[in-house]
Amino acid sequence: MDLTLKIWRQKDAKSTGKMVTYPISGIEGHMSFLEMMDILNDELIEKGEEPVAFDHDCREGICGMCSMFINGEAHGPDRKVTTCQLHMRMFEDGETIHIEPFRANAFPVLKDLMIDRSSFDRIQQSGGYISVNTSGNTQDANALPIPKKDADLAMDAATCIGCGACVATCKNSSAMLFVSAKVSQYALLPQGQVEAKDRVLNMVNQMDVEGFGSCTNTGACEVECPKGISIENIARMNRELMKATV
Amino acid sequence: MSQSKFTTIGRKVLMALSGFFLMFFLLQHLTINMLSVVDPDSFNSVSHFMGYNPVIQFLMQPILIFAVVFHFVMGMYLEYKNNKARSVKYAYNKPGTNSNWMSRNMIYSGLVVLAFLGLHFYDFWIPEMDFKYISGHEEEPTRYLVELNHKFQNPIKVGLYVLAFIALALHLLHGFQSSFQSVGFNNNKYTPTIKKLGNIFAIVVPALFAFVAIYHFLNPLHQ
Repeated sequence: MDLTLKIWRQKDAKSTGKMVTYPISGIEGHMSFLEMMDILNDELIEKGEEPVAFDHDCREGICGMCSMFINGEAHGPDRKVTTCQLHMRMFEDGETIHIEPFRANAFPVLKDLMIDRSSFDRIQQSGGYISVNTSGNTQDANALPIPKKDADLAMDAATCIGCGACVATCKNSSAMLFVSAKVSQYALLPQGQVEAKDRVLNMVNQMDVEGFGSCTNTGACEVECPKGISIENIARMNRELMKATV
Repeated sequence: MSQSKFTTIGRKVLMALSGFFLMFFLLQHLTINMLSVVDPDSFNSVSHFMGYNPVIQFLMQPILIFAVVFHFVMGMYLEYKNNKARSVKYAYNKPGTNSNWMSRNMIYSGLVVLAFLGLHFYDFWIPEMDFKYISGHEEEPTRYLVELNHKFQNPIKVGLYVLAFIALALHLLHGFQSSFQSVGFNNNKYTPTIKKLGNIFAIVVPALFAFVAIYHFLNPLHQ
């Protein structure tokens, strides 16, 4: 298939970027979106032009690195997939595809489609963990009875890969889905109870410090989330915060 | 780490709580309005009670005004902060694929409702304050129905009221269920029912407000 790509090009974090048009031919429907980008970059390198910089790592949908905003949607038009799992068969021959970086002030663009998501790391470091004794006397986790329903919900929340699609999609650049998934995965388990109050207060506070917007419950984040994280987690985090505050 | 007085979540909870209060007020206001259609005598006596009861006038009315102002100011503040969180906008965006129009445009439906409140205060509240506290008229327990009916004899005004009620419906279609989510109430068992109730509330309440305005326009009282 023949396509027209309109891609955000930005030299570095300090430069002003712009959309640049590239025609591309010979794309097969079975190719992944990133393979298509690889082909474009090979062509650009052959022509002596600067290839398009983009984040990627595992290319199997679990690392959360790929982060493109494709045709107006985070990770493109397919549902519950990351950009690396998006196949070119989702597009029509002759189509124009708009490719931009995830946009939020808390995710500054480093170059082209690459963004800095270290704000997520700082939120995680502020409380997204449990403190356990790892000296060799650690209690066997299976010795703690946990209802199946809670274990499943905690696991669902823990599948968040921190890609930032929720922030990119949200009209307010809110990180509530990400933070609520990280809060929920511990709030649902007995191991997370000891530090529950500090965790939610510190993570929400750090989220605000990083400059993410607030949630207005549009639900766009859960639609675009490649892991299908539910906004039930946001309601749970709101409850956790109220419990910790009141 | 220092904690701010209100987090973004705290502000949203306060928005939801003021929203709950205002939705409860809408029900109360609608109940009295409906009396003007089904039982005019009761409408006059309830209106007189509301207008002269000191608890209503000097406690509930200031609380209501505070809730309206708070909901508006906090809504504007959140909108400003949220816009600031993304200074470079997308060149190409398709928000309609993942969220509905009402949820994305609460600020606009809210501003229309706010503009309507200005008109509504000009029509009813300011003349009422003038009648009671500035001009100092004697109490007239039977004046309310006629006053209401006369206010709705202007078709342009009735049209503006109906437009405002449409904006109110759009605001409530998202606001009702969103309030529950903001206070942390979301689960598989009850949320589908809350969403259905929200849709009914958002359509029926503004529709009945519009009905009362149109009813009085079509049934002028001659006095």
